[in-house]
Amino acid sequence: MKNIFYSLTGLIGLMLFTASCQKDVSNRTANLPALQSSNLDLNAGTWKPVLLSRPDSFAVAAPVATTSPLYVADLFEIKALQKSLTKDQENSIKYWAAGGVLRWNEIMRGLVAKYNLPVVASADGTYAIPNASNPLAYPLFPFTNPPYAARAYAYISAAQYDALLACWFYKTKYNRLAPYNFDSSVSAKFVNKSDLPSYPSEAAVLAGVTAEMMKLLFPGEIGNIQNIAVQQEQAAIMSGAATRADVTAGEALGRQVAEMFITRARGDNAGKAVGTPTDWANFVDVTKSQGLIPWYSLEIPQRPPMLPLFYKVKPFLFDSATVVSLRPDPPPAVGSDQMNKDVAEVKQYVNNVTRKNIGIVEFWADGVGTYTPPGHWNAIATEDFVKQNYSEVRWARNIALLNMTEMDAAIVCWDIKYHFFNARPTQVDPSIKTLTGIPNFPAYVSGHSTFSGAAATILGYLMPENASKYSAMAEEAGLSRLVGGIHYRTDCEVGLSVGNKVGSYAILKAQNDGAN
Amino acid sequence: MKKKTILNVSLALGFSLVAMLAKSQTADDAIMMGKKQWCNGLTYMYSGWKNYWEGTTKRDNKNLGTVSTQSVMFMSTYGITNKLNAIVSVPYIWTHASAGTLHGLKGFQDIEMNIKYEFLESKLGKDGHLSLFAVGGLSTPLQKYENDFLPMSIGLGSTNLSGRLTADYQKGIFFATASSAFEWRSDVTIDRTSYYTGDEIHYTNKVDMPNQLYSNLFVGIRKPNLIVQAQLLNMYTFGGSDIRKNDMPFASNQMNMTSVGGHVKYFFLFLPNLAVVADADFTVAGRNVGQSQMYSGGLYYVVSL
Repeated sequence: MKNIFYSLTGLIGLMLFTASCQKDVSNRTANLPALQSSNLDLNAGTWKPVLLSRPDSFAVAAPVATTSPLYVADLFEIKALQKSLTKDQENSIKYWAAGGVLRWNEIMRGLVAKYNLPVVASADGTYAIPNASNPLAYPLFPFTNPPYAARAYAYISAAQYDALLACWFYKTKYNRLAPYNFDSSVSAKFVNKSDLPSYPSEAAVLAGVTAEMMKLLFPGEIGNIQNIAVQQEQAAIMSGAATRADVTAGEALGRQVAEMFITRARGDNAGKAVGTPTDWANFVDVTKSQGLIPWYSLEIPQRPPMLPLFYKVKPFLFDSATVVSLRPDPPPAVGSDQMNKDVAEVKQYVNNVTRKNIGIVEFWADGVGTYTPPGHWNAIATEDFVKQNYSEVRWARNIALLNMTEMDAAIVCWDIKYHFFNARPTQVDPSIKTLTGIPNFPAYVSGHSTFSGAAATILGYLMPENASKYSAMAEEAGLSRLVGGIHYRTDCEVGLSVGNKVGSYAILKAQNDGAN
Repeated sequence: MKKKTILNVSLALGFSLVAMLAKSQTADDAIMMGKKQWCNGLTYMYSGWKNYWEGTTKRDNKNLGTVSTQSVMFMSTYGITNKLNAIVSVPYIWTHASAGTLHGLKGFQDIEMNIKYEFLESKLGKDGHLSLFAVGGLSTPLQKYENDFLPMSIGLGSTNLSGRLTADYQKGIFFATASSAFEWRSDVTIDRTSYYTGDEIHYTNKVDMPNQLYSNLFVGIRKPNLIVQAQLLNMYTFGGSDIRKNDMPFASNQMNMTSVGGHVKYFFLFLPNLAVVADADFTVAGRNVGQSQMYSGGLYYVVSL
């Protein structure tokens, strides 16, 4: 009996011990230090905006005098809050202190991953199309496939940049001391003190512009986004960096700037990118009329091609004629010697799967339920940006450059894909099984390669010390599609080169925006 | 007792969306090897599913067809004493989808080691016999296989520690065994640097794996050279996420399943050291798992050292 007792207690002890072992999985960016700008970029009001015609296109009234009872009341609000910060409030301040552009970028990527689910086939073999005016009904709107995601990242980032540029203009114009610099009984809580003027609040500008943009791009998330925006503003006040008046002025400015971008977005042709059954059939007919084999969907049942008219979307970095001018030579025709060689190479890779190769495939897969390749490059960029000690406005400018590049890469890539309407390897040789899902659009050129070539080019310009790292990553992203069995080598090599060209337009923009 | 020369090989149930079916089931029965007896065997298993549960919603997927997992498992059990056995198993697994384009994977999965201790053996009632067992287990991947390509991955990649209690009652030739194991699972690392699960994005390549409870009930007849049993198996995961509509499965999904099946083991009279075993098992309820049908058969050979 004693033995039973010892055995049982021993066993239960072992189970309690193992059950109590800490499982510690936390986000890499959860505990980043507070932003410490090495340069406040006080001249950012003179930089070149994306859409604004002038930095003061939207008026921001002068702040009330610091002697005014309104201002004194605002300081009391901060002091009262700082006296009794809860743990949650402290964590909120620390979270936002790492950088508003960074945090919104992370939130955006989360939304893209959330909405990146293709609609399930209906019983009759058709696929419902998400409806922007009824976003909460299945299929949820939006479906954040790579082109949609690239455009969403671009609009939000570009709007954030213009809004912060205007914000900086008024900051230097009114030169209002931050509360923690004005009143010695206000402390800088979990943020680094800086001499950046506080009116209007850059945190609130970001909250306002982003929340307003999200109404267009993620209409099913308005409530959540609004809550997050309020948290950001509240964190700015509690930290001692901004007053209630700084926040109110900032949010209003941000929302006004967003309206300009929303107006542009409504007219940029993206809303028509899904196309119609006539459009879809037309791609097949045109390809056949050239004596070529048209692409078809490898999904069961066959799914209409993804956003086939996305190539008509209005780019940010150049005009639509440039999109056409970036079209490369045609891919090898199905049945040609070159194509047979390309297919054989793909087959050789999938028939000889190595652990290293499948690791590369999954690392870059960025497929269903992920933040897509443009999101991946945002992740890569932000993790390096945090080491650069940028100001918020420079953060916004650089992220905007990256994301305008990615959106335009999507436009150019989609133009090429639907111009040539070329078959995937598995269409040519059905025995080719793939290590990731086959994207539902033509092969030539590889989207991953185009996105990656473009991103590596602009990021290499912004952080020359990392340029060779980025170009190696871009090459690996392209390679992942070849060894994964979903692209020919030609798709990847030409895609990379086209992406590099798109990126060079972004460099041109960066060289001339006054921020260097 | 002849019972102690018998090894249960009611293997692997082939239950999951992933091929984590090579779980040795020898830890969960009431059979012990005698001192210095050594049993080695090979089992082949097929498990396939056409329907699966996406969260709690059952569906099929024409882009997968029937997803099958096959394995060959080597298992070795040694009687350290009559009351203490050590069990080791090593499965080689390969997966296949009958439709769509996804590539199957193959390789050695997890080595599993169990120490089984019979801490009580006593008469209970007329002709009745009660035994109680405690089992401690450890399993860990034999190689860093790809665990983020579900449902084609061969496993999930966690290292697991388990503690099990088993009660067995035999009266005449009839017996019943009830067993339950708590399994603690380590975090796993995936090849991606972020993932979306459980309604939020995670900016890390580490995945928190919820712990699990395995339970089984066997009822049947047990004679010196024959075991025939009906079985009810359950796997429950303490937390984890559901697969979203039309999303891919993920390592930390809440994978629950209940299955029913049968198991036969027979020792040849002319070759009493050789056992043949056969199993069939059918998933009847689940969450984030495939509704699998599993069949297996194996041969085991016992030697006295």
